[in-house]
Amino acid sequence: MTARVLVGVKRVIDYAVKIRVKPDNTGVVTDGVKHSMNPFCEIAVEEAVRLKEKKLVQEVVAVSCGPQQVQETIRTALAMGADRGIHVEVSGKDYDSLGPLQVSKILAALAKKEEASLIILGKQAIDDDCNQTGQMTAALLDWPQGTFASELVIEGDKVKVVREIDGGLETIKLNMPVVVTADLRLNTPRYATLPNIMKAKKKKIANMKPGDLGVDMTSRVEVLRVDEPPQRQAGVKVESVEDLVSKLKEAGRI
Amino acid sequence: MAAAATLSRLVRLRLYSISRNNGLLFNRVQRRGIAACIDPSVGLSDEQREFQKVAFDFAANEMAPHMAHWDQNEIFPVETMRKAAQLGFGGTCVHPDVGGSGLSRLDASVVFEALSTGCASTTAYMSIHNMCAWMIDTFGNNEQRGKYCPDLCSMEKFASYCLTEPGSGSDAASLLTSAKLQGDLYVLNGSKAFISGGGDTDVYVVMCRTGGKGPKGISCLVVEKGTPGLSFGKKEKKVGWNSQPTRAVIFEDCKVPVANRLGIEGQGFNIAMKGLNGGRINIASCSVGAAQACIQLTRDHMHVRKQFGEPLSNSQFLQFKLAEMATRLVASRLMVRQAALALQEDRPDAVPLCSMAKLFATDECFTICNQALQMHGGYGYLKDYAVQQFVRDIRVHQILEGNVWLCVMDRSIWQKMRPLQNQKFL
Repeated sequence: MTARVLVGVKRVIDYAVKIRVKPDNTGVVTDGVKHSMNPFCEIAVEEAVRLKEKKLVQEVVAVSCGPQQVQETIRTALAMGADRGIHVEVSGKDYDSLGPLQVSKILAALAKKEEASLIILGKQAIDDDCNQTGQMTAALLDWPQGTFASELVIEGDKVKVVREIDGGLETIKLNMPVVVTADLRLNTPRYATLPNIMKAKKKKIANMKPGDLGVDMTSRVEVLRVDEPPQRQAGVKVESVEDLVSKLKEAGRI
Repeated sequence: MAAAATLSRLVRLRLYSISRNNGLLFNRVQRRGIAACIDPSVGLSDEQREFQKVAFDFAANEMAPHMAHWDQNEIFPVETMRKAAQLGFGGTCVHPDVGGSGLSRLDASVVFEALSTGCASTTAYMSIHNMCAWMIDTFGNNEQRGKYCPDLCSMEKFASYCLTEPGSGSDAASLLTSAKLQGDLYVLNGSKAFISGGGDTDVYVVMCRTGGKGPKGISCLVVEKGTPGLSFGKKEKKVGWNSQPTRAVIFEDCKVPVANRLGIEGQGFNIAMKGLNGGRINIASCSVGAAQACIQLTRDHMHVRKQFGEPLSNSQFLQFKLAEMATRLVASRLMVRQAALALQEDRPDAVPLCSMAKLFATDECFTICNQALQMHGGYGYLKDYAVQQFVRDIRVHQILEGNVWLCVMDRSIWQKMRPLQNQKFL
């Protein structure tokens, strides 16, 4: 039986909130805005908890990187059934420039430290849409990866993953230890129950810093500017196909 | 670059369907944006925020998409309420050893306020059910608690609170339903009116007369559906609260074991009133939740609706009106939460506070919802828009569990204030 699953959870702006760009165009407004767990991370936690309920894994550890507030997100994972949490403290400038490269280094270090044999992440975060952390983590660890998983089955020391790809569904078999990233249809996350929320208070969240894991947090990416998407322009009605073709040529589209 | 933007938008659009249900996108998304000053999570502990979050999510995903359907077709949403019970909402203040969640009064108020944003009528019924479960848990002996509470907490069985009669509403202590002792049975005769859930529920907590006149002659009995002599009147047609059936409950030589009596003879009125303290807080909480939902719906409508060349949100008058509504909402919420705290701490002012909170919050929140309807203009009158349902559903909160004008009569005000004639005024 596999010992430990590591699940990464990210605290992001709630999906239903209307995003506003900061007046100085350096980013989006996050102060006072409702945050919650990234929906794909919820699916990842749900999958890990289901594996534990099927007794295929022994322990589920939820990890999050960020300032004090991410503890809320870890608590939500604990309320859903994770056994313990790890809060990697990242704040200030480091948090502003925190990206998949740094997070994947942290996760790789933690996976070695915790002797995890399965890492489940959401396929991407809804704030940056990078879709890189899972892949980078696997590369750093030199582990196989099953990304965009819509089905996950553990068969002994192998993992069968059905992936959603452009052409349809691809089924692959991977040797453990593996990294899997969760796609939308992997499962439907459960609601935390009130008794589980109360039990979650007693579960432990360990604190550590990236330095403790020997991770270099310098970013290789600098955000120059953030702008709102262009306002939707009015369309133009054309009379004939020739008209359409000439207008498209004018706009340089063909 | 354009592809990335489209992908991002696609992801966001697809995410709308992540939420457990493919319901009305429109209604659901609108209720999640929060302005800091009316944010209902302000001042709560981390754990309470977690409770609230689950309740809000449940309300948005499992209740809001169906509230109109339940209202128009008069459906008692048993399956949805059982799902809620699985999360712990069936016996919020009942002890965990019989299946309850062991929450405090304030926790429960926060939970019902959040659930109400999904459907005020269903949440109000759930609060009544919770009140009955609490009464059995608090005043029942271990046998009674073990027999009824687990099923009530899981909502395997549903409960109704039977106090009101055709001849006694506000004057509850004058109730006439009699329970004559015959060996180890009480024989009940009489009828109860306006019973929420009546006919569809399984467990009836009935206040009846075992002794002389007045409150001291009243006892509390638990009567199970199917007991011979227990029947129901026709289902009432109501303005709102249509997701819960309301019927008269009729007793004709209905024999109930003495073992089903909660507490001792003559304690029934006391039990009923203690139940109502919590019941009033929760009904008021339902009103607050409905008002919160209506304010958010109105704010969103004002951004969208244009008249005289501008969105309504540019109109100074309407901005003032919305600010007033927000003020009433926060004031109501503060009263209700303060009363909940007083009740859970067993303070001497708890009972009057509960009455005051119910009086204030139900009135103010109805005003808020009514104004919200007005601000939607003609659209507010259409059943396609949720506002009118909140208005209809919470109107009755000003009437039941203590008609607002009755709450004002609380005698403690007269007894406890020192006379002012001894003060010297400058």
